[in-house]
Amino acid sequence: MSDIFPKWTNKLPGYVILGGALLGTAVVAGTWYYFTPKYTRVGYQPLQPVSFSHHIHVEQLGMDCRYCHNGVESSYHSNIPSSTTCMNCHNQVLKDDPKLALVRESAAAGKPIPWVWIHKTPDYVYFNHAVHVNRGISCVECHGQINLMDEVQHAQPLSMTFCLDCHRHPEAFLRPPEQVYNLNWKPDDPTRQLAQGRRFLEEWKVERLEHCSACHR
Amino acid sequence: MRYFLLGFLLLGLVVVSVAGFRGGITRRPPIELFPDMDRQAKLRPQSAHGFFPDGLGSRLHPDQTIPRSQPVLVAGTPVHPFEDHPFNTGYEPGTTNFVQHSPVPVSETLLARGRERFAIHCQPCHGAAGDGKGPTTKYGMVVIGNLHDPRIVQQPDGEIFHVISEGRNLMQGYAANLTAADRWAILAYVRALQLSHLATLEEVPEGLRATLK
Ligand code: HEC
Ligand code: HEC
Ligand code: HEC
Ligand code: HEC
Ligand code: HEC
Ligand code: HEC
Repeated sequence: MSDIFPKWTNKLPGYVILGGALLGTAVVAGTWYYFTPKYTRVGYQPLQPVSFSHHIHVEQLGMDCRYCHNGVESSYHSNIPSSTTCMNCHNQVLKDDPKLALVRESAAAGKPIPWVWIHKTPDYVYFNHAVHVNRGISCVECHGQINLMDEVQHAQPLSMTFCLDCHRHPEAFLRPPEQVYNLNWKPDDPTRQLAQGRRFLEEWKVERLEHCSACHR
Repeated sequence: MRYFLLGFLLLGLVVVSVAGFRGGITRRPPIELFPDMDRQAKLRPQSAHGFFPDGLGSRLHPDQTIPRSQPVLVAGTPVHPFEDHPFNTGYEPGTTNFVQHSPVPVSETLLARGRERFAIHCQPCHGAAGDGKGPTTKYGMVVIGNLHDPRIVQQPDGEIFHVISEGRNLMQGYAANLTAADRWAILAYVRALQLSHLATLEEVPEGLRATLK
C-alpha cells in the first residue's frame, strides 16, 4: 500500500485539522472584529463643504450647543443650523473670508449648505433627542467630545447593543440637567456619581426601556 | 505546512493593512453590511428629496398660509401665533407703537428661563453682564450694543422685544430660533440685568453691604 499513499500522508489529517481550525478561527475573529458598527461607523469623518470647527465655536467662544442645534430640547430631531444662524456673527467676523464663501452664498440665496450627514440610524429605528437630553443624558455619551473636534467624526458605534447597554443601566450616565451641555463635565467622585444617578432614576421616574417597541415602532 | 503558515500570516497582514483597526479615521461612508430595510422611501428631516423640484425635503410653508398651531396662554388668555397681539408683535394692537410693558407677568420661573436663554443666545456677543463685551469681541465683532446704555434702558419693553425678534442694524433677529415666550423671558432677564446695574448701595440690604468690594 505504501506505493499509493506515501509516508507523509500519515500526517495529512493532522494538517487538515490544524489548518481548518486556524482558518476557522481567523474567519470568526475577522468577522467579530470587522463586521460590527464599532469598525464600520466609528471614525467616519467626511469632508464637509465648509470647514466648520466645533473646537473654535464651542471651546474657544464658549457657545452652547443649543445656539445652533436649537431644536434638540424640544424635538426628536437635532437640527443642523441654517446659514442665517452663522451670518449672525459672520456678517462681521471673517466677513470676506473665502472659507465662508459658501455660507454667504447660501444665506443670500436661501439655499441650504449641503452638509454631509454623519450620524444616521437605520430608518427602522426610532430615536428621540429631546427625551434623552431632558433626562440628563449628555451629548458626549453618544457623540463623543464634539467640543474638541475640528471636524466632526463618528465617535460611538450607535449600534443596538450600544443603546441597550445604557437603557439597562441608565443610572451610570444620568447627570445634573445643567451639565448636559457641558461636555467637559466629569463627576468628581465616580462612586458618588452612581449614588446620584440612582437618586435621579427614582426622582425622575426614569424607566429601563428594553422592550422592542421603544425603538422599533 | 511551513508555506501554509507563512501564507496564512501574510493573508492576515494583508487584511489588517487594508482594513485597518477599529476607530481609524475614514472619509468613506460606512458600509451597511446587511442593508435590509436600513434605507426606506421615507422623508427624514432636513434631508434632500428628489420628489420636489427644488430638492428640499423640509418644506417651507407656502405664501398666504399659516402653520397649524396651539395657542399660548398669556396671563390667562389663549393667544394664537397669527393674532395681532402684543405678545406676538411687541406693538399695541393695530398701531406701530411699542407696548410699554411686557404682556407676560414676571415670575421667578420666567426669570430663570430668561437667564438660561440669555446665556445661550445673547452671551456670545453681549457677554454675561450684558455690557457688550462677550467672547466674540476678541475675534472681530466690533459694534455690539451695551444693554446698559441709557438709550436702551429707556426703550419700551416692546421695542427690545422687537430687536430680539427682528434684529436691528448689525444684529440679526432671533424669531426663527426662539419662541415668543422665550423672547419675553429674555426681555425680563435683560430688565433684571439693567436694574442690577443701576442699583445703588442704599438699595442693598444692610447686612449684605459689607460683602461688596
Ligand atoms: C456655531 C454653531 C454650532 C454650535 C455652537 C454647535 N454646533 Fe454642532 N454642528 C454645527 C454645524 C454647522 C454642523 C454640520 C457640519 C459638521 O458636521 O461639521 C454640526 C454638526 C454636529 C454633529 C454631527 C451631525 C451629523 O451630521 O451627524 C453633532 C453630533 C453636533 N454638531 C453636536 C454638537 C454639540 C454636542 C455641540 C455643543 C457642544 C454643538 N454641536 C455645537 C453647528 C454648531
Ligand atoms: C457667535 C458667533 C458665531 C457664530 C454664530 C458662528 N461663528 Fe464661525 N466663527 C466665529 C468667530 C469669532 C470665528 C473666528 C475665530 C478666530 O478668528 O480664530 C469663527 C470662525 C469660523 C470659521 C473659520 C475657521 C478657521 O479655520 O479659521 C469658519 C469656517 C466658521 N466660523 C464657520 C461658521 C459656520 C458654518 C457657522 C454657522 C453654523 C458659524 N461659523 C457660526 C463666530 C461665530
Ligand atoms: C442617546 C444618544 C444621543 C444623545 C444623548 C445625543 N444624540 Fe445626537 N444623535 C444621536 C443619534 C442616534 C443620531 C442619528 C439620528 C438619526 O439617524 O436621525 C444623532 C444625530 C444628531 C445630529 C445630526 C442630525 C441630522 O439629521 O443631521 C446632531 C446635529 C446631533 N445629533 C446633535 C446632538 C446634540 C447637540 C446633543 C446634545 C444636546 C445630542 N445630539 C445628544 C444620538 C444622541
Ligand atoms: C447614555 C444612555 C442612553 C443611551 C446611549 C441611549 N439611551 Fe435612549 N434613553 C435613555 C434614557 C435615560 C431614556 C429616558 C427613559 C424614560 O423616559 O424613562 C431614554 C429613552 C429613549 C426613548 C424614548 C422612548 C419613549 O418612551 O418615547 C427612545 C426611543 C430611545 N431612548 C432610543 C434610543 C436609541 C435608538 C439609542 C441608540 C442610538 C439610545 N436610546 C441610546 C438613555 C440612553
Ligand atoms: C434602545 C433601543 C432599541 C431597543 C429597545 C431594541 N432595538 Fe433593535 N435596534 C436598535 C438600533 C439602534 C438598531 C440599528 C443597529 C445598527 O444599525 O447597527 C437595531 C437593529 C435591530 C435589528 C436589525 C439588525 C440588522 O442589522 O439587520 C433587529 C432585527 C432588531 N433591532 C430587533 C430588535 C428586537 C427583537 C428588540 C426587542 C428585544 C429590539 N430590537 C429592541 C435599537 C433598539
Ligand atoms: C451675533 C452677535 C449678537 C447676538 C448673539 C445678540 N446680539 Fe444684540 N446686538 C448685536 C450687535 C452687533 C448690536 C448693535 C447693532 C447696531 O447698533 O448696529 C446689538 C444690539 C442690541 C440691542 C440694542 C439695539 C438698539 O436699539 O441699538 C439690544 C437691545 C440687543 N442687542 C439685545 C440682544 C438680545 C436680548 C440678544 C439675545 C437674544 C442679543 N442681542 C443677541 C449683536 C448680537
